[in-house]
Amino acid sequence: MSVFLVLEESRGKISHPSWEALAAAHRLAPAREIVAVVIGADTEALAAEAATKSVGKVVRVEHPLLAPYTSDGFSAALYQLLQSQSPTQWVIFPHTYQVRDFAPALACRMGQVLIGDVTGIEDGPVFTRQLLQGRLNGSYRHHGSGPCFVSVQAGAFRAEALDTPANAGPAPIEVFTPTLDSAQIRTRPGEPFRESAQTVDLGSAERIVSVGRGIKGAENLPLVEALAQALDAELAASRPICDNGWLPLERQVGSSGHTVAPRLYLAIGISGAIQHLVGMKGSACIVAINKDPDAPIFEVADYGIVGDLFEVVPALTQAVKAG
Amino acid sequence: MKIVVAIKQVPSRDAPVRIAPGGMWIDETDLEWTINEPDAHALEEALQLKEKHGGEVVVVSAGPERVAAAIREALAQGADRGLAIVSDDLGARDALGVAKLLAAAIQPEAPDLVLTGLQSEDLGLGQTGVILAELLGLPHATLILHVEKTDAGLKVKRELEEGWFQSIEMPLPALVTMQSGCNKLRYATLMGIKRAKTKELRAVSAAELAENAAPVTTLDQISAPKKQKKTQILSGSPKEASAALVEKLRTEARVL
Repeated sequence: MSVFLVLEESRGKISHPSWEALAAAHRLAPAREIVAVVIGADTEALAAEAATKSVGKVVRVEHPLLAPYTSDGFSAALYQLLQSQSPTQWVIFPHTYQVRDFAPALACRMGQVLIGDVTGIEDGPVFTRQLLQGRLNGSYRHHGSGPCFVSVQAGAFRAEALDTPANAGPAPIEVFTPTLDSAQIRTRPGEPFRESAQTVDLGSAERIVSVGRGIKGAENLPLVEALAQALDAELAASRPICDNGWLPLERQVGSSGHTVAPRLYLAIGISGAIQHLVGMKGSACIVAINKDPDAPIFEVADYGIVGDLFEVVPALTQAVKAG
Repeated sequence: MKIVVAIKQVPSRDAPVRIAPGGMWIDETDLEWTINEPDAHALEEALQLKEKHGGEVVVVSAGPERVAAAIREALAQGADRGLAIVSDDLGARDALGVAKLLAAAIQPEAPDLVLTGLQSEDLGLGQTGVILAELLGLPHATLILHVEKTDAGLKVKRELEEGWFQSIEMPLPALVTMQSGCNKLRYATLMGIKRAKTKELRAVSAAELAENAAPVTTLDQISAPKKQKKTQILSGSPKEASAALVEKLRTEARVL
């Protein structure tokens, strides 16, 4: 078979970005040639879930040393799996923090380079990914015999119509047991934790006013707070604002913060790096205020005002109140 | 502790970006350059570790001759030594090709710790550090917010998705990629800038370090992104544009 699709687990189920990666895999090969790979210490339920999707086969890569996740463990196990197979053309992943941690090393071990964070696949195949914080797109190609490693950006492919199995009934499931030794696993990961209790619920907010680097300093935040209040909106921010401690981490929108989809998302002084866009592009109506007409935020915005936020925001607050 | 920090020089954030004729890369004339932000945080982490535990901080950067300016900046902030891997056609190498250069330069230094940023702000590949760890045979951790030296090696704080974190313990030598914004960057002092001029900055040509193997992946073309939505730009004075926007949000989008 020609495509290996490495699925990722999230809270006992296969994560949504994994299914988006399956949609991307369908662009490269018919379903019967796609092998869905589940990996961990106990993969039975995950494999059963994967077998109901439009894949040709499911492989359970299972070993007690594969929980918790480590780069050393996952790289070694998947390397052995790929070596044991007849030539594979593609190895596809969702582009998650975990994949970023091990897939480049796995590719390197096979003399390959991951084409990461792919947003589109055109004929060729030519893979599109973003450059310069989303200001440009780049077209990438793979050369040589492969396999070619590709990770797929969250939200770039639609995880729909994947429930049709390639065969009648669920796809067959095989077990692959890698040879792992605890000495191979050099890092010792601890249990995941959160820093503090959450006091705002951005996920359920109807309207969000979000602020980015353009605000320049914490002393200017009252400007956007006034607008948020006038709109009866929650205040949120892009990463640099929270890194600087100007707003608490729980108000951060983006891949490292919250994913939100309010009815109205107003982005103020946010350029729209992809890490931010993945957290808000599902919003029903997006408004951007930015001094740079080429800022990537305008690619997803329904309405925009190109201008100095220090002039536009007070005027907008007035206009909302006047209405 | 001997720490090597791999930094990249990238176009500064506000630099205007124009596609060069031929569409292979951006026009670099008149561009302002800076240290890639996540790498600046890696450097800061290294300097703080040195202040706490002693040792040496060596800065490595690959690129055309201009990267010396980025290394000088790092030396002015407090790094001890610099190593420039000079190459005029770094863009012809893929991530593996670049990591091989860095590995060849770093290996003889035999550092206890290699630090770098999680990704660059220009190509954004986010994998040079991980490949480098693989090539150097080092354990690694990515997306790290804090590095603490322990008796057994390192304890690092890793960022997970959706506001979760995790501690990871690992032996030395190791490689860690730092998340942007994880510490407060320092400015070079006047004294630092003066001192930097006398610090060692060695240049080696890329050709001496590792041969330029045919890349596995190539960037064939760059282009302006296609708009995902048709944006209505509201023009006029701030007051006029604001009034027009409120009207649209009320009657067209119906979100007010």
